[in-house]
Amino acid sequence: MKSLLKATVAAIAFAAAGSAANAADVKACFVYVGPVGDFGWSYQHDQGRLAVEEKFGDKVETAYLESVPEGPDAERAIERFAREGCDIIFTTSFGYMNPTIKVAKDFPDVKFEHATGYKTAENVATYNSKFHQGRYIIGQIAAKQSEAGVAGYIASFPIPEVVSGINAFMLGAQSVNPDFKVKVVWVNTWFDPGKEADAAKALFDQGADIITQHTDSTAPLQVAQERGMKGFGQASDMIAFAPDAQYTSIIDDWAPYYIHRVQEVLDGTWESHSSWEGLAEGHVVMAPYTNLPEDVVEMAKATEAKIKDGWEPFTGPITKQDGTVAAEDGVRLDDGAILGMNWYVQGIDDQLPQ
Amino acid sequence: MRIELVKRKEHSEVMVFLSPVIAVLLTALTAGIIFALSGLNPFEALYKFFIDPLTQTWSLEDTIAAATPLVLIACGLAVCYLSNNWNIGAEGQFVVGALFGSFLPVMLPGFESFLTLPLMLVCGMIGGALWALIPAFLKTRFNTNEILTSLMLVYVASLLLDYLVRGPWRDPDGFNFPESRIFSDAATLPSIPGTSISMATVITIGIALVLTVILTKTLKGFEIRVMGQSPRAGSFAGFSSKRLSLFAFGLSGALAGLAGIMVVSGEMNQLQPTISPGYGFTAIIVAFLGRLNPVGIIVAGFVLALSYIGGEGVQSAMGVSDKIASVIQGLLLFFVLACDTLILYRIRFSSRRAPASAEVSHV
Repeated sequence: MKSLLKATVAAIAFAAAGSAANAADVKACFVYVGPVGDFGWSYQHDQGRLAVEEKFGDKVETAYLESVPEGPDAERAIERFAREGCDIIFTTSFGYMNPTIKVAKDFPDVKFEHATGYKTAENVATYNSKFHQGRYIIGQIAAKQSEAGVAGYIASFPIPEVVSGINAFMLGAQSVNPDFKVKVVWVNTWFDPGKEADAAKALFDQGADIITQHTDSTAPLQVAQERGMKGFGQASDMIAFAPDAQYTSIIDDWAPYYIHRVQEVLDGTWESHSSWEGLAEGHVVMAPYTNLPEDVVEMAKATEAKIKDGWEPFTGPITKQDGTVAAEDGVRLDDGAILGMNWYVQGIDDQLPQ
Repeated sequence: MRIELVKRKEHSEVMVFLSPVIAVLLTALTAGIIFALSGLNPFEALYKFFIDPLTQTWSLEDTIAAATPLVLIACGLAVCYLSNNWNIGAEGQFVVGALFGSFLPVMLPGFESFLTLPLMLVCGMIGGALWALIPAFLKTRFNTNEILTSLMLVYVASLLLDYLVRGPWRDPDGFNFPESRIFSDAATLPSIPGTSISMATVITIGIALVLTVILTKTLKGFEIRVMGQSPRAGSFAGFSSKRLSLFAFGLSGALAGLAGIMVVSGEMNQLQPTISPGYGFTAIIVAFLGRLNPVGIIVAGFVLALSYIGGEGVQSAMGVSDKIASVIQGLLLFFVLACDTLILYRIRFSSRRAPASAEVSHV
């Protein structure tokens, strides 16, 4: 018994010493809304974290908390990191916005980076990616490949980022087939494989033969694979889960951004900003085009190249669902209009939940 | 061979107090084995999990903050469960309380006076109580099963919250994002000056103590316990089981609603689509771990909150999956229930057919 006690004391002392002797120059910490094993949103952020570790080695130490619910727990989790000596904290879900701002006020020396939000401060930057660029491309592919002329869209929450994704998908589809139809199911979750799979089944039963999703699990694509239907991956390359069903995937690649920002912290040049980059900068990456005929792959690659050259998918003519004009021919929507989008383009078979 | 649980003739008084301690030790032992199997130093992990949160002021305060809503909800649930009313829907009552309480700061943001906060808290209690009275009314009037109705109303409540923050109550300056406006200072529950312990904790401990007195020293407390243990005996004494159902549901709903508005006002300062990480359900565990006794519930709430904060601690320090924290919470509950069962029953191995007996339950 005595030796066990000794061992315990020794272990505790060792633990305390371990945390005190901190050799890294910078500690970068990450808060995830889902499990790192979701193979979607949080998984990709964690890939970014691992890339940071690989790049900087011993100079940077990282830590993360997964499955932190948006709500009262979020603030505690962020504050814990600030107290534990993190130099830069990445909070990777929209619902962490106000908790991030609140904690940042109390810890002016810590740098905060909030993904997908719109509030910044001296020590709070925001970052997001132009996912809608990828959605335009998959809209085109869907319109080319769909025999029914109907695609199903599994949507999470009616926030601007998701709405603009649906619209970009539809604009891409309409550029190929003006009569194309999109059916939307709102599942009100970012990650719930059961619910997402049910939504996919419902959309197939309603006549869609291609689905796409703005949720994080691989479940919808797995349903497509089982049923012999097609679909697109989300956030990560999901080809391993649906080798016959995935046409391509819109991959979020956070690694370049995370490495860049951690480097700036190391150099002492970090400043608050709002980053919103896309295909051109490599923050959004299209997975290899598979299960597609040659001409469709050519078309997708051409559009990808056009976007990388600076073309914006939200370029007029764009008509809203209610018939009013959103953008005249050749006019490009400004960033604010895209980032705050709360209307559908014409032709979407759904009412936007208001 | 079969294994049977046989009721003990009498149970040891000492073990009643020792059983939670044994359960915690067994949990720690098993958790240590799990940590070791996943390649971690079990002593360091256990230290981070159970001890480290108690060594720093901020993590202690975090633990208290996380325990507060659990304790408050569990106190109300204890009254329900003691009186044989199975309210499973505290999560929904929590949400509706938060909605009622938020009406003032969201719809009348200009109303800032010393009355704002008290009015919000009262509205929160009314909201939670009204939501809880629906299953109580259905039970007393139509004899419906309150477990089902109260549980189903949870989903109605969270969808109502979802609708409000995306629709009528959406922040006009919030770029269409699903959130209410931020509450003014007058609508924010303050902390005890000089600390970061919320007034919610003070209110909660006060309520728990008052409930202790009510349950042990008053006729109402006697009524609650009698009607729970023997409704027939209670009715001979002139107690009405219907009135008591309404009372118990109303009270537990009010306390859950109060917890809801205190979390929203004190911690979040606004409504969001999710305002609870499942407090209403976790509180059910807390109520039983605390043996349906308000003082026990304070201890149980603290232990459970510790497991959350400690779970975060090992995650951030050692890169352990968050699932391990859930496993350890599950282990704790399992061992507590197992130890409790062994106080009342003993295990008998027998090879013959056991005689049919009401006192034997098969596992």
